[in-house]
This record gives sequence, C-alpha cells and structure tokens, in this order.
Amino acid sequence: MTDPILDIRGISKSFGALKASNNITLDLHPGEIHALIGPNGAGKSTLIKQVAGGLTPDSGTVHFAGQDVTPLSTAARAQLGMGRTFQISSLAMEFTVLQNVVLGALGRRGDVFRFFRPVMKDKQLLEQAHTALEQVGLEDFHSFRTSELSHGQRRQLEVAVALTLEPKAFLMDEPMAGLGAEGTQRLMGFLDGLRQRAPILLVEHDMDAVFALADRISVLVYGEIIATGCVDDIRGNPVVRTAYLGEEDAA
Amino acid sequence: MKRETYLNAALLLILLVIPLWAQSADEPFIITLTTRAVIFAIAGVGLNFALGFGGLVSFGHAAFFGIGGYAMGILAYHAQTYTPLMEFPFVIEGTKSMPVIWLTAIITSALVAVGLGALSLRTSGVYFIMITLAFAQMFFFFTISWPTYGGEDGLSIYIRNDFPGLNTMDPIQFYAICYVILLLVLFFVYRAAHSPFGLALSAARQNEDRIQAVGQGPYRLYLTAYVISGAITGLAGALFADLNRFVSPTMFSWQTSGEIMIFVILGGVGRVFGPVAGAALFILLEHQLGGLSEFWHIYLGAILLGVVLFARGGLFGLFAGREVAHD
Repeated sequence: MTDPILDIRGISKSFGALKASNNITLDLHPGEIHALIGPNGAGKSTLIKQVAGGLTPDSGTVHFAGQDVTPLSTAARAQLGMGRTFQISSLAMEFTVLQNVVLGALGRRGDVFRFFRPVMKDKQLLEQAHTALEQVGLEDFHSFRTSELSHGQRRQLEVAVALTLEPKAFLMDEPMAGLGAEGTQRLMGFLDGLRQRAPILLVEHDMDAVFALADRISVLVYGEIIATGCVDDIRGNPVVRTAYLGEEDAA
Repeated sequence: MKRETYLNAALLLILLVIPLWAQSADEPFIITLTTRAVIFAIAGVGLNFALGFGGLVSFGHAAFFGIGGYAMGILAYHAQTYTPLMEFPFVIEGTKSMPVIWLTAIITSALVAVGLGALSLRTSGVYFIMITLAFAQMFFFFTISWPTYGGEDGLSIYIRNDFPGLNTMDPIQFYAICYVILLLVLFFVYRAAHSPFGLALSAARQNEDRIQAVGQGPYRLYLTAYVISGAITGLAGALFADLNRFVSPTMFSWQTSGEIMIFVILGGVGRVFGPVAGAALFILLEHQLGGLSEFWHIYLGAILLGVVLFARGGLFGLFAGREVAHD
C-alpha cells in the first residue's frame, strides 16, 4: 500500500475536563475518499481544526505529505497542499465570485507582494480561476458578488477556490450542507471524480452521500474513533449502530 | 464603476481649477487653503490604505504625520542655523532640499511604522485602536519635552525649503508641487488596490480564515499595508510643515489623528479618492463654518454623525453608490 498523504497520529485535545479529541489516529491515502462521521458534538470540527491548523493538539502529531506539520500555521499547511472548505462558508463576501477564485490561484502561486500589476488582468490566474469555476458549474455566475450567491452556490465556490490551490489533499467540512437534492447529486458526482486528483477527507452529515461515496469511513463519538472501515463494515458494525446510527433512527 | 471614475476626475479638476482661479483673482489665501486640502488629502489617502483596504483602524496616524513634520523641521532647522545634525560617528548636515526632506520623511515614517505595526498588529479591534493612539501620544509628549527642537513651542522655519527650478515661496508653485505629489500617491494607491497585494489585503480584511486557507498569513499583509500607509502620511506631514513653515507637537496630537480619520470617513472608507473628497469638504467646512463660530467643530460633529448614521459610504457612497468590485 502507498504511503498516506495525511497521517494523523494519536492526537488528543482537551478543553478543561472535556476530551474533544482522544487519541485519534486516522490516515488518508491517495485516490480515496475517507469520510468522517459522528453525531453532533463528537469533536469533528475540533479534529478538522487540528488538521488544517489553528488549533494545536495537546499530544500527537499531524503528518502531511511526509512532513510533520503539527507546529505549522494554517497558511503554511495550505501552502503545502491542504485544500480546505469550511463548514460555514468562509469567503470574501464583498468580492465577485471570480475574485474569490483568483485569490485562490494567487495564493497558490504565492506572489502576493506585488503592487503594480492589475491582478484581475493576469491571464494565468484568470485561466485557472475560470477552469475551476467551470468544474463546479459556477462559470455563469463569475461576475456576481459573492454575497448575492445562494447558500449552495457558496459551497460550490468554496470547492472551486480549493481546486485552484491544486492541493495534495482536500479537507471538506460538510460540503453538502444546505445544497438540496439536486445540488447534492451534482456535487457527489464531482467529488467522485475528484478523488483521482487528490484524496478527500470528508466530514459529512448526509449519510446517503457518505455511503455512496466513501472508500473508508471513520466514526467519531465523544472524541474517539470507535470504528474505521469500508462502507459495509461500518453499516454492519454493532457498536456504530448503537452509538450513532441507532440514535439517528430513534430520533 | 463609471460614476466613481467621473467623481474622481471631477475632484481632480476642482482641485486644479480653484487655485488657478484664485491665482488670476489674486487670492493667495484661497491657494493656501486648497494646498491644505491637498496635503490633508495625501494624509488621508495614506490612512485609507491601512483603514479602508486593510481594515486597520489606526487612531494614531498623527505619529507619522508628526514624524514627517519633524523630519522637515529638524533638517531645515539645522540648515538655517548652520549646525550639523550630528557629528558622530559621521557628520550629517541639515538640508533645505525638499526631495531629500521628503525621502527622509518617508523612510523615517516607514521604519517607525515597522516597529509600531509589529507591536500593534498583535492586537486587533478596539485594542488596536487604543495601542496606536497610545504610541502617537508617546510621540506627542516626547516632542513637548524635547527642548532641542523647541519643545512645546515648536520650530519655526523662516524660509520654505527649496525645490529645483521652482520658487516655493510662491503659493501657486508650492501648490503645484503638492498637487503632483497627490496625483502620484493616488496613482500608486490605485494600482496597489488592484494589484495582487490589494486583492490579498482586502481578502484578509474581509475574512482571515479565507486568506489563511489560500496559504497566506494575514499578519505580513497587514504590516506591509501599515508601513505603506505610515510612509504616505509621513510625506504629507513633511509637506504640511513646509506649508506652515512651522512644526509643533500639535502635529502629533490625537486631534490630528482624529482629523485624518474624519477625512477618510467623510469621503468614503476604502475608496481610493475618498479622502480627497473628505479633506476638501473638511477644509470647506472649516473655512465656512469657522467664520460663523469659533466652535465650528460642533457642526462638523453633527455632519459626521449624519454621515456615519445615514451615509455609511461617505461622499463617495452617496454620489457613486456602493463600491463596484474591481473589474
């Protein structure tokens, strides 16, 4: 088996008495979608923050592309190739759609300390931006102000920006949330093909999407991974049923 | 987009026509007044670079305005008293040359901005406002208690500094210098606002998570913006001192910081030409209302309240609409 691109080794993080992450070990291999599921409050967001940066684990390390990135900043991890999309859309709302995507391409290229050339006339950046918008199906909206987009379109835009970063792996925090049935189907088809370009660590609430897409699933409950395995393993796992799926059914 | 361009052009035209008219009507006072407006505009354009584009609400830009002023004052003072500025480890003489003074003002302000920015930018929000204010106040009290350069009384420079080929004591010629500098500063700021740096800085202001997710740290962007901002305001300070041929600690006072901020808010935060409109309106009000009452600031306050409550985008928001995203 190939080396994992993302390798989370024994991460723990406590807030006072609350163990938000308890010795979590998780990895992401090239070509796969690894879904992370778990009930509300299981510590998914805490885990994502430790992987993407912004929150330092109390113990354990995060290795990315063969390098220990635990002490690195969010920006440095993004430079190394972590393409993140946020649970709550985190875009520059005053910008046009195109500007947001150009920003991604610019960040990837890295030459932000240039003061004279008009950035929105940079052919290379524009080309990358338009390609990304086409891929997520937002090309028609490129001149819209981002704040005018629907919730679902903003999710698509987040993905488009992540694409311009040409990441080695994607970290997607609930990309389907609020998309509606048609949007979800569309995005699922897109992510399905995307895994060949870069693997995806997918945090998702939509069970149907997870079971349809994921190569592997990890189940997080109360800060602990209680199971990791392929779709059938997880479906059939009695611990998961009672801890997670059972609760959903009961609810 | 179009309306904003017209408004920009109109502003520049007005600032060209008024002094020319005043020249022909033999009204040197009007020229001096317009010169003040242009210099204040430069200071405001400087602050706007940090405040408007970077979202850094600096309430201490008087520090840079004053540094620029004292750069002029100190250099010219030594030139007019024929004493060297320092003799050890090497001799530095004073100078009456404007370009040298401007360069000194820009470099000194930029260096101080690196220091102040590096410390201040560790904070944000209201703490950033207070720490920048505190730094400016430090300069204020330092100059008050610095007898070498006049302390509280300030420094008088008897003859305006020199610019090759021009008679700077002639109001219209000095005005021409200031106007051209304003044009150059506006050109630089306009280009910078539409440059890769401008895009990244604006993104950082709107959403720090976003700029980090695309692999760029906001701190370096903010610090760079703050330094450029301080350097421009410092240059304005040097011109202001030359206009008055006088420097005093007042240039460092928090009222000065407040006034520079008023230019930006009146004109329109984050609009390249906003502070030009703001400074022009400020001078107009000062002139018109100042004749009515010594307490004209009351009316200024009322107008400012009106702008903040009902016309958030300032004059530009009112006349050119909401900012249209860059093309």
